[in-house]
Amino acid sequence: MGDRKPVESPPLGPGAPERDTAEVYGTHEIEERFKDLADPLRDIPDDADVGAEGVFEDSHIGEVLESLDRDLIALAEVKARIGEIAALLMIDRLRRRIGLEADVPTLHMSFTGNPGTGKTTVAMKMGQILYKLGYVRKGHLVTATRDDLVGQYVGHTAPKTREVLKRAMGGVLFIDEAYHIYRVDNERDYGQETVEMLLQVMENQREDLVVIMAGYKGHMDRFFSDVPGLSSRIAHHIDFPDYSVDQLMDIALLMAESQRYRLAPDAEKALVEYLELRMTQPRFANGRSVRNALDRFRMHQAIRLYKSAERGRKLTKKDLVTIEDEDIRQSRVFEGGVYSLDSSEERPDPS
Amino acid sequence: MTTGVRITQGTFSYLPELTDDEIRAQIQYGIDNGWAVAIEFTDDPHPRNVYWEMWGMPMFDIEDAAAGLFEVNRCRKAHSNRYIRVSLYNATLTKQTIALQFIVNRPPHEPGFRLHRQETTDRIVRYTLEPYAARDPHGERYDGSE
Repeated sequence: MGDRKPVESPPLGPGAPERDTAEVYGTHEIEERFKDLADPLRDIPDDADVGAEGVFEDSHIGEVLESLDRDLIALAEVKARIGEIAALLMIDRLRRRIGLEADVPTLHMSFTGNPGTGKTTVAMKMGQILYKLGYVRKGHLVTATRDDLVGQYVGHTAPKTREVLKRAMGGVLFIDEAYHIYRVDNERDYGQETVEMLLQVMENQREDLVVIMAGYKGHMDRFFSDVPGLSSRIAHHIDFPDYSVDQLMDIALLMAESQRYRLAPDAEKALVEYLELRMTQPRFANGRSVRNALDRFRMHQAIRLYKSAERGRKLTKKDLVTIEDEDIRQSRVFEGGVYSLDSSEERPDPS
Repeated sequence: MTTGVRITQGTFSYLPELTDDEIRAQIQYGIDNGWAVAIEFTDDPHPRNVYWEMWGMPMFDIEDAAAGLFEVNRCRKAHSNRYIRVSLYNATLTKQTIALQFIVNRPPHEPGFRLHRQETTDRIVRYTLEPYAARDPHGERYDGSE
């Protein structure tokens, strides 16, 4: 092969001899041909100002992150991840402004964590955040479960899934308890079709919608190992940890404040005790339990006020906004729990 | 073979073919006005043929034009050599009509129309247009390569 002359068009196909591209074409020609690729920005000086301030202000990124910090208690890891995503999207926008093209980043996410740890709340906010950052065009959230995606009979699944995907385009598709979609033990389950369509859209229409899958950690892990290729298409796996008592207290106070209630000093102490007890009892659902508890306390307060008004006492504004110690201590949680061993019957709501 | 006739109808009949980005922008305009997006197709190019076949259900609940374009592309894939149009329907009471309608796909070759002259009584001539494509049965028109 040594003294063979370089040919104009090298033979192709499986039988073609292997040669360096440089040997065939000559190094000069290669440089000439690919000089555009080598430096697409040679007309822009390296120290050119890219106008970062304007983009930063336009995106309201500071505002968004601030409100996230204010409205969500704890979840430091989640916030940090959202901050990273926000930064990436902003830098991406700056890069595009001076002509540096890059692929649209994958923003599909999976939220894992125990019940009531804020997965849905964060997903709801995510739509707005991505909209403000200019990643999605509308920013609405479409929530779907297995029922909305998987059909009942042959040929039913694809149109159903497609409807949901179409509705979510321009925004965020939130699939709650995503592991229900696919049942590995039943090979005739129609969920497989849904998964295939999801995978396809997640890959090909990244700029049209963001998919967020949520569920309990163990189940989700099994789901991802059952469906090869899904986990790798999700760029952000975010785990939502359980809250501590202090964090639950903060959540309770924030919730009470947003509903225009106040806790009497005694009541706050009672609430701490309540939460400590409740956490050890079964079916504890973090933030959701706190919300349910607050609803119960409001009912207890309403009955207390109603009775005292019946006895002829005048009610003041202070009465209406304050939750007292006794409203909380009435709870069955203080009597050793809602699901104590002697009561085998199920009761609807633990509070 | 002659060049045939490029059939035009609808809102942008005087314009060259819309690009995908332009189609997307028009659909978005319709969605922002609260209009429903419907996609229809046919292989009968006669101008009086108003009832085209529907491609799926009209889309009342989409937020973004990407969903409309998604269906346009699916329809193009299934019926590449038929006419496809997008209709934006205004369902407001007292309007209830198509607000915007434009062709987004056409067969690669459009043979055009034959002019029939029918001699009737008293030297009266009646004129009729017949699409050459309609000589073939429904579903086998435009090269029949469905």
